[in-house]
Amino acid sequence: MNGKKSKVVEYNKWGYIFLIPFVVVYLVFSFIPLVTTIYNSFFENYRAGLTQIGPNFIGIKNYVTLLSNPDLWQYLKNTMIMWILGFVPQIFFSLLLSAWFTDPSLRLKAQGFFKTVIYLPNLIMASAFSMLFFTLFADSGPINSILVNLGIISKPYQFMMNVWSVRGLVAFMNFVMWFGNTTILLMAGMMGIDPNLFEAASVDGATATEIFWKITLPLLRPILVYVVITSLIGGLQMFDVPQILTNGNGNPDRCAMTLIMYLNRHLYSKNFGIGGALSVILFVVTGILSLLVFRVQNPREDRGTRKPRRRAHD
Amino acid sequence: MKKRTLSILLSAILAMGVLAGCGGGSTASNAEPAKEEATEEATEEATEEAASEEGKVLNIYVWNEEFRDRVVEYYPGYEKTDDTHGKIGDVEVVWNVTPNQDNAYQNHLDENLLKQADAAADDKIDMFLVEADYAIKYVDTEYTLPLSDLGITDADLSKQFQYTKDTVTDSNGQLKGISWQGCPGVLIYNREAAKEIFGTDDPDAVQEKVKDWDTFIASAKEVASKGYKMCASPDDYYRVFDFNKENKNVEDGKIVISPAFEKWISISKELYDAGAIGMANLWAEPDWSQGFYPDGKVFCYFGPAWLIDFCMKAEDETSIAAKGGWGATEGPQGFAWGGTWLCAAQGTDNPSLVKDIMLKICTDDEIMKKITVEKNDFVNNKPVMEEMAADENYHSAVLGGQNPLGMFLAGAENISELKITAYDQTFTETIQAAMKDYFQGNLPLDKALDNFYKGVVEKHPELTY
Repeated sequence: MNGKKSKVVEYNKWGYIFLIPFVVVYLVFSFIPLVTTIYNSFFENYRAGLTQIGPNFIGIKNYVTLLSNPDLWQYLKNTMIMWILGFVPQIFFSLLLSAWFTDPSLRLKAQGFFKTVIYLPNLIMASAFSMLFFTLFADSGPINSILVNLGIISKPYQFMMNVWSVRGLVAFMNFVMWFGNTTILLMAGMMGIDPNLFEAASVDGATATEIFWKITLPLLRPILVYVVITSLIGGLQMFDVPQILTNGNGNPDRCAMTLIMYLNRHLYSKNFGIGGALSVILFVVTGILSLLVFRVQNPREDRGTRKPRRRAHD
Repeated sequence: MKKRTLSILLSAILAMGVLAGCGGGSTASNAEPAKEEATEEATEEATEEAASEEGKVLNIYVWNEEFRDRVVEYYPGYEKTDDTHGKIGDVEVVWNVTPNQDNAYQNHLDENLLKQADAAADDKIDMFLVEADYAIKYVDTEYTLPLSDLGITDADLSKQFQYTKDTVTDSNGQLKGISWQGCPGVLIYNREAAKEIFGTDDPDAVQEKVKDWDTFIASAKEVASKGYKMCASPDDYYRVFDFNKENKNVEDGKIVISPAFEKWISISKELYDAGAIGMANLWAEPDWSQGFYPDGKVFCYFGPAWLIDFCMKAEDETSIAAKGGWGATEGPQGFAWGGTWLCAAQGTDNPSLVKDIMLKICTDDEIMKKITVEKNDFVNNKPVMEEMAADENYHSAVLGGQNPLGMFLAGAENISELKITAYDQTFTETIQAAMKDYFQGNLPLDKALDNFYKGVVEKHPELTY
């Protein structure tokens, strides 16, 4: 009796030991920065030239400054608009592609090749990708000269000067970079569905469309929730693509200024107070939105949210 | 089986990557002691002597290759190892390059200057470069050494233009930097375009067409009617107004927009609406620099000697500069733009070498003359410039055989007071970006100005508007 009990305890011990690396990494690289960020947000602490100002404790003044500034909501709106513009095509194409890839009746050839190709854009550094687009879509860049030479437009279109073309380009880049990743996640989800269900459905005479809507999608829900939430978190932290494309100022009229770009502007003066407060606000917003998505898509299921794919660099 | 081979291959590549990383690091650090023998003959005695009792590493912070190229080519005894390393005697020279844009260079420099006191001798910054836009930020602190502490005397500097000394004199009257160049600016026009539009490319005749701002606007419209742009960007002539501004950009912690900038804004709006200027960002490829090539169809740029030689792509055969297709004339108003100053960092362990580099590049008549002849720089040495302005053999290849030195000289003599603050780079970059929304009709003027103020205060929370 006793011997049996000690064996159970031993197994538990190994569980904890195997958890140590994760916990240590989490504590050092996530938890401590999180706590210090919150702590820093209550101080006036920046650098004027080579002179350090602060840190002086000022309570919640940083939050008041930020939240009373209507621009903050504009930047949140910009971020969400660009995320949604990119996410809608992303989820559409990912679902379509993963459905095709996993459908045994299609017997697609050279799947490995296509899977690699759609994943490739994600391997390019976002800033390099953005730089490439900046050059491609410049007033005297190749896209404009092609369009003019084909006679589609008479004079170069100024992509970087128009609110929706800038947002559109950012969204398009994010879409191209991330749809491969999403496709692979959704494929994993689809391949996890019991093939007997598909077989049974087709024996009963269901069409491919019916199978997709009535079987694949409902059973894919956990993975879909995961994809939406991780993409939302990544989207809220959108930074490198619009930063490089708009030279860091989000113009025209700051329409492409995302929250993290705004945060970055405060870091020129090492303004850890305002920067910290902004990070905390972003943390809360991300938390609320993720919870919302989770509740809407998963009304009954009571499992905790999984670890996000892209974590905040706060 | 296949999978096995693949995984072995992958891990081999990974291991090689790791080893290669180590290899790079260790060769760099091993190189110092290993190479001491053969390199000593060519160097001058003074440097060798100085170097032997001082630090073994000379760290220089810069934002581009301009000054490095000057040292590589003109400092006696400099041996190039690679793009960012070299040797003077047995001192290793390390170039630390950070791009200027968006205050990146300043931030990087600040970070390391603040650590200067605790840094190991070989890691300390020995010398760094500053631009007119923010020189005062560094000059007016303890982080720069007065030149007199290095043993550089007023007599050494007697030939320099006064404004180059005023710019880097701190509030206690101590001189803390030195420059090898003077930066009076001129209007640089495309000769082919001038012939096509005005029927002549003679500098005096072209000057008549741009002699003041009203004439400039009228000519710009004429230029536009012939399918050219007067300028690639309003940022091109921004520096003319910037130089002639009435107030400092920041007074008592408050951002001030001088009437000169209002004039810049109204002129740019008028020219853009008339289709006479482009809307590129300064330095942006390819929109801003397209005018450096015949197909770009840009009539003129504004700039000092360094722009002509260093930026206009003379090294590219297809450029206008390579064919000597530019001309220079004074333009609507005199101005100066930029300039690079050398500062000795407090705590340097190579003071004599720093001093010697400063004196060689910035005061030595022979070297400076060579720089002018070979690089077309306008150097900070009045007698040499006067002599060469009168020299009929000297001409600038980029400017189609014109000798612009007389014009630069007249400009440099006229520069008296520079209204500089530590915030000028932020001010300039932010107003240029924010106003483009107004010029293009995206925003009314007050909204665009609002964005400008916001942008400056975000970077400098201590300011108000």
